[in-house]
Amino acid sequence: MNLAAATNENLAMISDVLIKSAMAVYTLAFFAHIAEWTFGSRSKVGRTAAALTSEGAAAAGAAAPAVRVKQSGGGTAVLERPQVVTRSAAGSRDVADGPGAHGGTEKGDLYGRIAVSLTALGFLVAASGVVTRALSVQRAPWGNMYEFSITFSTVAVGVYLALLLAKKNVRWMGLVLVTTVLLDLGIATTWLYTASDQLVPALDSYWLYIHVSTAIFCGAVFYMGAVGTLLYLFRDAYEAKLGRGGEPGAFARSVLSRLPSAATLDKFAYRVNAAVFPLWTFTIIAGAIWAGEAWGRYWNWDPKEVWSFVTWAVYACYLHARATAGWKGRKAAYLGLFAFVTWLWNYYGVNMVLSGLHSYA
Amino acid sequence: MSNTTADETGQTTDERELDAAGSQLSTTPREELPSLPNLPALGVVGWLRWTWRQLTSMRVALILLFLLSLAAIPGSLVPQNNVDEFKTQSFKDNNPGLSEIYEKFQLFDVYSSVWFSAIYILLFISLIGCIVPRSWQFVGQLRGRPPGAPKRLTWLPAYVTWRTDAEPEHVRETALAMLKQRRFRADPAGDAVAAEKGYLREAGNLIFHIALIVILVAFAVGSLFKSEGGKLIVEGDGFSNTIPLYDDFKPGTLFDAEDLEPFSFRLDRFNGTYERTGPQTGTPRTFEAHVTYSEGVDGPEKKKVIKVNKPLLVGGSKVYLIAHGYAPVVTVRDGDGKVVYDKVAVPLLPIDANVTSTGAIKVMDGYRDKNGKKDQLGFNAFFVPTFAGAGKGEMFSQFPAADFPVLALSAYHGSLGVDSGLPQNVYQLDTSKMKEFKDKDGELLKKRLLPGETLELPDGAGSITFEKELKEWASFQISQQPGEGLALFGAVAALVGLVGSLFIQRRRVWVRAVRGADGVTVVEMAGLGRSESTKLPEELAELAATLHEKAPTAPAEVSADPAEGAEK
Ligand code: HEM
Repeated sequence: MNLAAATNENLAMISDVLIKSAMAVYTLAFFAHIAEWTFGSRSKVGRTAAALTSEGAAAAGAAAPAVRVKQSGGGTAVLERPQVVTRSAAGSRDVADGPGAHGGTEKGDLYGRIAVSLTALGFLVAASGVVTRALSVQRAPWGNMYEFSITFSTVAVGVYLALLLAKKNVRWMGLVLVTTVLLDLGIATTWLYTASDQLVPALDSYWLYIHVSTAIFCGAVFYMGAVGTLLYLFRDAYEAKLGRGGEPGAFARSVLSRLPSAATLDKFAYRVNAAVFPLWTFTIIAGAIWAGEAWGRYWNWDPKEVWSFVTWAVYACYLHARATAGWKGRKAAYLGLFAFVTWLWNYYGVNMVLSGLHSYA
Repeated sequence: MSNTTADETGQTTDERELDAAGSQLSTTPREELPSLPNLPALGVVGWLRWTWRQLTSMRVALILLFLLSLAAIPGSLVPQNNVDEFKTQSFKDNNPGLSEIYEKFQLFDVYSSVWFSAIYILLFISLIGCIVPRSWQFVGQLRGRPPGAPKRLTWLPAYVTWRTDAEPEHVRETALAMLKQRRFRADPAGDAVAAEKGYLREAGNLIFHIALIVILVAFAVGSLFKSEGGKLIVEGDGFSNTIPLYDDFKPGTLFDAEDLEPFSFRLDRFNGTYERTGPQTGTPRTFEAHVTYSEGVDGPEKKKVIKVNKPLLVGGSKVYLIAHGYAPVVTVRDGDGKVVYDKVAVPLLPIDANVTSTGAIKVMDGYRDKNGKKDQLGFNAFFVPTFAGAGKGEMFSQFPAADFPVLALSAYHGSLGVDSGLPQNVYQLDTSKMKEFKDKDGELLKKRLLPGETLELPDGAGSITFEKELKEWASFQISQQPGEGLALFGAVAALVGLVGSLFIQRRRVWVRAVRGADGVTVVEMAGLGRSESTKLPEELAELAATLHEKAPTAPAEVSADPAEGAEK
């Protein structure tokens, strides 16, 4: 018994060290990303991207569909698949995606790759930190805000890396992601730290595992959607200015021109948000079932429930706005950002400021 | 894209055609921008129709939904009657001026307030007004056929073409078979094949919105027909489910006392364990109420352990474990030495996490003082399960388990005021009509008792003994929520519908095969989805590849622009 307790304390200590080490690795990743952006800004591509994109727009508009049938030498024709030509819907801008943070420079790209590798390493270390924490308390590591925070950022980085592995275009997010992950872990280790221990009886239910794990996952994905939405707003303003023939400022020319196009960012944000919205719905249902078992009322409007509902309703507004003429685009984006703010508030604000049955911080 | 108005430019025909191709790809209502009605021309009916159309438009639905989310917020900032009555009352006591304003706006009852109700009722009227026509439209679409191919397939978001030696009829037949095999609804349409897939998206969307109404109905049923009550039970005592036996009882508006499930249970034992070491010493680990219950009026007895997350289920009722505390057992003797209170357990209310508890012991009947005169006794009781030791600061409990229990009493006699007809708090002593018992120094008589010890009242007025046996109590919430199953059904249906609505793409594919000017067949394929998805071009490419195998590219000497040939 005592021996077991000692091992557990050792594990908890190892977990703390792992989380701090992960922060160190993420910090290195942060600097590598900074280097990527710096080298990228020196590239010609970066500076001329504006011109390129407007040319690209003109070209795409006029492009006539064509079949490309390649013939290899030697008489017999090797027929390739006919190529699909895509065009944007009428009314939307045809702007090519920017080249990415590295701006097409080899050095920038190298630093970018280093940054991604370091992020992956940081993820592995942080994930081991979360796992050892779980082992030390012999339950899922979601009993208090410290554990919630370390799991949250680890899942966010995990989703990002998974998207990269799936060859999705998300590398533009790297710097922002690593920065916020550092912030999250910093807050977790300094203000939210709670020594490892078991759960109070009200939190000890398998619905907790379901409810909290999906809540964390949803938060991580909503976060990516919010980053996409925010960058969309900047990039959209930049493109609109270009479209009006305006001269974007130095920041826009250097940074925004390297981002994906507004349409791409907007689509990314929508996909991400729409994809987890059902899971968020499920999270709330699971929470209601848990509340029903623990407190006898499945819905009691306690602050956590109120804010989960608000978050859900605002995300539903966002999805509606995307399907409503006059609300697509920027207005929908503002709703999407507001929705994420309500999620954040539900996580930090409600736990720390408003107290309800849920407060376990 | 169904909103492109085609009037002036040279692209008109194309765009109008595109519009037709995309028509009814969903049942989303078309947005009419808010053209204010021509005031004088509109009669009452016209106004009503205009209002209805506005109310059921996507824009107004969006605004109402947003308003609803904003309206829910105050309920998390201001204490709510339905969540915590006690907290609400103390807020009102502390902020009398502000509370009056809050009361006016029903801010203590946000979720049953007029304004909150108005928003959700309007939203749900809007929802019904939206769903009914969309459902009809959807049924119509299921019966109908996908629209024919637009003349210029090149205008569609994804497009592919090639020339082949195969006959146009053969290509069309092959395409039809291929599309049908992939579960498209496909039909020949002139020189082309028109196909559509993903109707489940629309079905999912309708199911989702209907399920929202089901959930609302379940909420309404729940709050109208529910019953909910609390009962505190000391170890060894029992309860049977009738209204008079509840400590407090909150029925829904339409609840009928007949609907109470007949059952009874007894609390045999309460078991609480707490963390003994580490930084979180004292945190509860397990709470278990061991009960014996019987269903019906006198069913067979069964045993069960109720835990915080594991209520006892009897028919449609659930018994939840809500709180626990200590009930010291006392024996009171009167002036003659006669026992008037024989080992009575007195439940005390915890005031902190270590279960420091307070309460009152009231001896109402049977007590006579040393002269044989009728009187009543009252004791203020203060109890700690784990005492720090004499002289160690204030008397607060150090640990929630009963490691070193001490009961402190102060004694009064006189009228307890229980006959005044006013409701009385059983945990508080009203000393306004009582006299203090005095100790030797003329101070209020007080004593800390260890188990087994006795406080002698002065001048032979009797005594009170803190018995060695210490009981615990548990409080239970007993509730019946009739809408629960329906709400769960609605929630699951909403989830399933939502997944269908968000993950299924509804899209159309057209394949046209015609003989070009030079006698070679020109195949054109194009796809159109509701949203521009990367999947659509991928799917089209795959379809094209499959068809291409059956109708391979004709070896061309000169690479002419085949798209031109296809135009007629
Ligand atoms: C109770 C409030 C409502 C909620 C929570 C809600 C939620 C949603 C959600 C989450 C979607 C999925 C979004 C998507 O498919 O992209 C959706 C779609 C839709 N909703 Fe609602 N809705 C509500 C009320 C209404 C009302 C009143 C209307 C009628 C005006 C309406 C019409 C639609 C339509 C037409 C779609 C399909 C949009 C599309 O296909 O993209 N909804 N709704």
